[in-house]
Amino acid sequence: MSDIADGFATAARLVVSLDAELIEITLRSLYVTLSATAVASVIGLPLGAWLAITRFPGRRYVIAMLNALMGLPPVVVGLIVYIMLSRSGPFGVLGLLFTPTAMIIAQVIIITPLVASIAHQAMRELWADYHDLLISLHASRRQRIATLVWDGRRTLLTAQLAGFGRGIGEVGAIMIVGGNIDNATRVLTTAISLETGRGEFALALALGFILIGLAVVVNLCIHVLSRTEQGSRW
Amino acid sequence: MVNDHTILPLTLQEIMVKRRGKHILGPVSLTLQGKGISVVVGPNGSGKTTLLRAMHGLDRISAGHKAWAVSDAQAHVAQSFVFQAPIMMRRNVRDNIAYPLVLRGVNRRDARAAADVWAARVGLGSAVLRAATVLSGGEKQKLALARALVTAPQVLFLDEPCANLDGHATQEIEAILHAACADGTRIVMSTHDLGQARRLADEVLFVHAGQVVEILPAAAFFAGPASAQAAAFLNGDLVL
Repeated sequence: MSDIADGFATAARLVVSLDAELIEITLRSLYVTLSATAVASVIGLPLGAWLAITRFPGRRYVIAMLNALMGLPPVVVGLIVYIMLSRSGPFGVLGLLFTPTAMIIAQVIIITPLVASIAHQAMRELWADYHDLLISLHASRRQRIATLVWDGRRTLLTAQLAGFGRGIGEVGAIMIVGGNIDNATRVLTTAISLETGRGEFALALALGFILIGLAVVVNLCIHVLSRTEQGSRW
Repeated sequence: MVNDHTILPLTLQEIMVKRRGKHILGPVSLTLQGKGISVVVGPNGSGKTTLLRAMHGLDRISAGHKAWAVSDAQAHVAQSFVFQAPIMMRRNVRDNIAYPLVLRGVNRRDARAAADVWAARVGLGSAVLRAATVLSGGEKQKLALARALVTAPQVLFLDEPCANLDGHATQEIEAILHAACADGTRIVMSTHDLGQARRLADEVLFVHAGQVVEILPAAAFFAGPASAQAAAFLNGDLVL
């Protein structure tokens, strides 16, 4: 128990003293996961809407596949991205391995199926509501998707938050492709892993509490922002 | 959005509608032309809704032929459809009404200005910024009417627009329909309210068991329909 108390105390001290290293890795965590969430949203939200409004052979298998990919093991994704980006890999020339960009790529792969799948669920219900109207008005496929994404933006926020949640706490993939390099690719989760391995439980716990706090703060911020945007509930 | 070409007459030749192998409507042959309000009446489940949806192009025709006087693309932009349960987009009243114009490439500012004009015309002028989903039943249907009329359609289809509405709301909606008709919009609507049919109809289409049994001027229909089923229906008997 004293470890946990020490963890709290250390966390408080780090936060209050605005520890430079803590701020750096926290910002990097945010940068990597927010970027990955943004990219995953750009891909996943329209993909989910498209799957909701389009009928094609094998559609059910694509959706089942997407749902299965939600459980993609980060370590395996990390390994595959590592091989792709390594010197001898097909994208080796880009020199991305052990950079935050590589970490973003890995997280995009992990998050996108989650975002697309949740978006698909939300869009499917909205499409059932809107179907007759949009057909009657002869909205093009692109207009239908845009309308669903825009009008469903509050439910889509849930998809994005779920993606962010999965990304911010993820360690397996970014450890492999980022390498947990001090001042370059170390983020909160990889730092926790490192400190735990060193036996610095208090510090590891402190970072853990900060990570949880960060996730809560980001969620709250987005909730407040999306509610003030328009007063009414949908 | 005024279309220079008149899209009428609409000609249906032996059209049939099937859904999941089940015969719903037809064969129906009729010509829709002229002016005024045509009211489709008939018992529940007789195919009123399907007939309207097939005319508008929402339900796929499984056999037969449907043709407007112009190409389908030209015809599409000159007609609107109001559903029995109004579909409220998760937007405010103004953006709901402006939506069809925005789809057609009208810039947002002009579309919203036109929406405000129509909102005022249907009595929602003070509600333009309210969320459409929290309106009352009558207000939702008025919004749906405004959204249908904002594109200045030549033909307006309405499927039981006053089902589940109280007398006041019904009266307001009928007034809007009269005004639209006076502006030259050809109206085709279904109702199971014979009183409403009497108040609005210039022409009556009696539908029974997926068939258009008769098409008569309203006065003639209510004076004495040709078919036994229509007579029974007017009498208030169950028509099976």
